[in-house]
Amino acid sequence: MSLLEVKDLQVRVEEREILHGLSLTVNPGEVHAIMGPNGSGKSTLSHVIAGKPGYEVTGGQILFRGEDLLEMEPNERAAQGVFLAFQYPVEIPGVTTWNFLHAALNAQRKARGEDEISSPAFLKKVREVARSLNIPQDMLKRGVNVGFSGGEKKRNEILQMALFEPAVCILDEMDSGLDIDALRIAADGVNALRSPERAMVVITHYQRLLNYIVPDFVHVMSKGRVVKSGGKELALELEESGYAQFEDAA
Amino acid sequence: MNVVAKTETGRALGDAFAVVRDRLPGEGKIADQRRQAFEAYERSGLPHRRIEDWKYTDLRALMREVLPLAASPDDAALSRARAVVQARAIEGVRRLVLVDGAFAPDLSDWQDLEKGLSINPLRLALEAGDEIVATQALASDVANPMIALNGAMATDGVVIDVAHGTVLTQPLHIVHVASGTAPASTFTRSLLRLGRDAGVTLVESYLAADGAKAYQTHDGLVVAIGDNSRLDHVRLVEDSVDAFNISSATVSLGAHAHFNTFGLTSGGHVSRYQLTVTCAGEGSTVETNGVNLINGKQHADTTLFMDHAVPHCASREVFRAVVDDRAHSVFQGRIIVRPDAQKTDAKMMTRALLLSDDAEADNKPELEIFADDVTCGHGATTGALDESLLFYMRARGLPEKEAQALLIQAFVGEAIETIASDELREVAIAAAQRWLQARA
Ligand SMILES: Nc1ncnc2c1ncn2[C@@H]1O[C@H](COP(=O)(O)OP(=O)(O)OP(=O)(O)O)[C@@H](O)[C@H]1O
Ligand SMILES: [Mg+2]
Repeated sequence: MSLLEVKDLQVRVEEREILHGLSLTVNPGEVHAIMGPNGSGKSTLSHVIAGKPGYEVTGGQILFRGEDLLEMEPNERAAQGVFLAFQYPVEIPGVTTWNFLHAALNAQRKARGEDEISSPAFLKKVREVARSLNIPQDMLKRGVNVGFSGGEKKRNEILQMALFEPAVCILDEMDSGLDIDALRIAADGVNALRSPERAMVVITHYQRLLNYIVPDFVHVMSKGRVVKSGGKELALELEESGYAQFEDAA
Repeated sequence: MNVVAKTETGRALGDAFAVVRDRLPGEGKIADQRRQAFEAYERSGLPHRRIEDWKYTDLRALMREVLPLAASPDDAALSRARAVVQARAIEGVRRLVLVDGAFAPDLSDWQDLEKGLSINPLRLALEAGDEIVATQALASDVANPMIALNGAMATDGVVIDVAHGTVLTQPLHIVHVASGTAPASTFTRSLLRLGRDAGVTLVESYLAADGAKAYQTHDGLVVAIGDNSRLDHVRLVEDSVDAFNISSATVSLGAHAHFNTFGLTSGGHVSRYQLTVTCAGEGSTVETNGVNLINGKQHADTTLFMDHAVPHCASREVFRAVVDDRAHSVFQGRIIVRPDAQKTDAKMMTRALLLSDDAEADNKPELEIFADDVTCGHGATTGALDESLLFYMRARGLPEKEAQALLIQAFVGEAIETIASDELREVAIAAAQRWLQARA
């Protein structure tokens, strides 16, 4: 069974259709890259998969392990193993990163019928992950993303991904705002999570990220549809020729 | 406006006062003082919305009548009270318990006092004819009907004296418990007098024993803080959902004195807390902070009057309201800077968080500045929880109520943080948690 199956998805935002029949099938162990011009609907797709309010699905479906994902609350989706690394992570003043992550992890575990993780065990775990991603410990004591640089926010997303060990990870422009060293560290963090059970959907504008996180499939999105799919060489092709050829196809 | 209008209820209470007068401690001048206070109350009766100060809290509509005086607690009442007092005990404090408006010696730690501390039940002081206590404790702003009524009717309370140079290490905790199984009113007054160079931490809680019904608590606290002294004060209103709590505190500060007060209201059907703080000595500083956490059909009003009478004083107010369902939060903050009070530094910031479309928060700041060399300001905001934050948190696995709870904690945390003592901050956080848990 596929892990994630998006079938002929049509989505409206404020009376305007953004996705016009988008399909995508992701199997365990696969890494998919989605590329496409600004405004083509990449973030919209990621938001609908994560369950963000404000999007009206007018047609098609999304199945996660064969179940109707659109019927689930965002938190249920997270507990079932859907993870979205946000293009623009929000700041949450007054809620410490450490407290937030502990509460979130325990909420997920509770939803799955697992035992809660104690503070010391959690602290140990989160410290290890933070160290591997070069995230200073004191960042964990600060409000979630408050005063973090753009790059630090992105690393914090990868930290959460590593902590929650989801089944499918959607990374929305995780490379934007990262310097070259940070990009390598974050990509290493992502690669470390690749496994035969886990799938990744990497949304990016740049071929460079795909040198670090090598995809099995590359999809080109334009105007709310997947207009071309291929292997990793498709990304190189795009780098050469741009999106113009696909704009018409859409 | 017809201020002498006597409602049916007004008449009924007038008769009730005549009936209970003999049960009220104190004779002679003290009885005269009560009668004058009662007459002041009777001239206006229960305040209503056409009186500016009571615009948002119309007691004629909300409360309708003042219930008859509660009976003195019997053994059954005391044992119900004991249960809730123990359940809500705060570690390491000296506890003073008032049950149904009567000091409960057996539930209170009022023996073996530290040097420099004295504690007496108000009833005993009044019965002994202590006119100084009577004048200070029962003093009432006769322009304020509910404070006047409280002064007329007060049956008991605690009189606490802290001598010059005494810094208490153990916090004092006044616990008001309603045990009543029949609807009734309690009237209490407490007096706290701090000498020079003294320090006290005072907690006040309002609780209901299991099964307490639709009672009315009328309480008053009168505080004098001497020169160079400090009072840290935390007040928690956790009355039962059908209770009324109409209370006041009148605080005056000497020179270089400090007053840090924090109030949290999560209980009660209708509550009104009137806090009057006067900087009477130069160089004093005041921090008055508060949180309302209310839902259902609760109505919670905090009305602050900050009086800068002398130069070189500073005051800060941080107030946060979290309002759910059809509840109604009111914050009125009036700061007056008198002509002599140059170099006053007064700031007030209130924020309300509305969790439902029917929730209401009224905020009325008033600055009256009669001095020219001052720094004063106020700000207010009202809003809902940020949807984008909620979605982010839910996308990480937190159910909606839990995500809201974290954001609410952060929101009220800004006021709770102002509590100077670590232990008291924990006490306030625990009270906020109780509300959040009951909501989840
Ligand atoms: N809440 C909204 N209201 C109105 N239009 C929206 C809303 N959200 C997205 N859109 C529109 O939907 C289209 C797709 O936006 P989306 O953010 O999905 O694009 P994207 O492919 O992620 O672009 P980028 O590469 O710039 O991140 C855009 O035209 C955008 O303006
Ligand atoms: Mg995008």
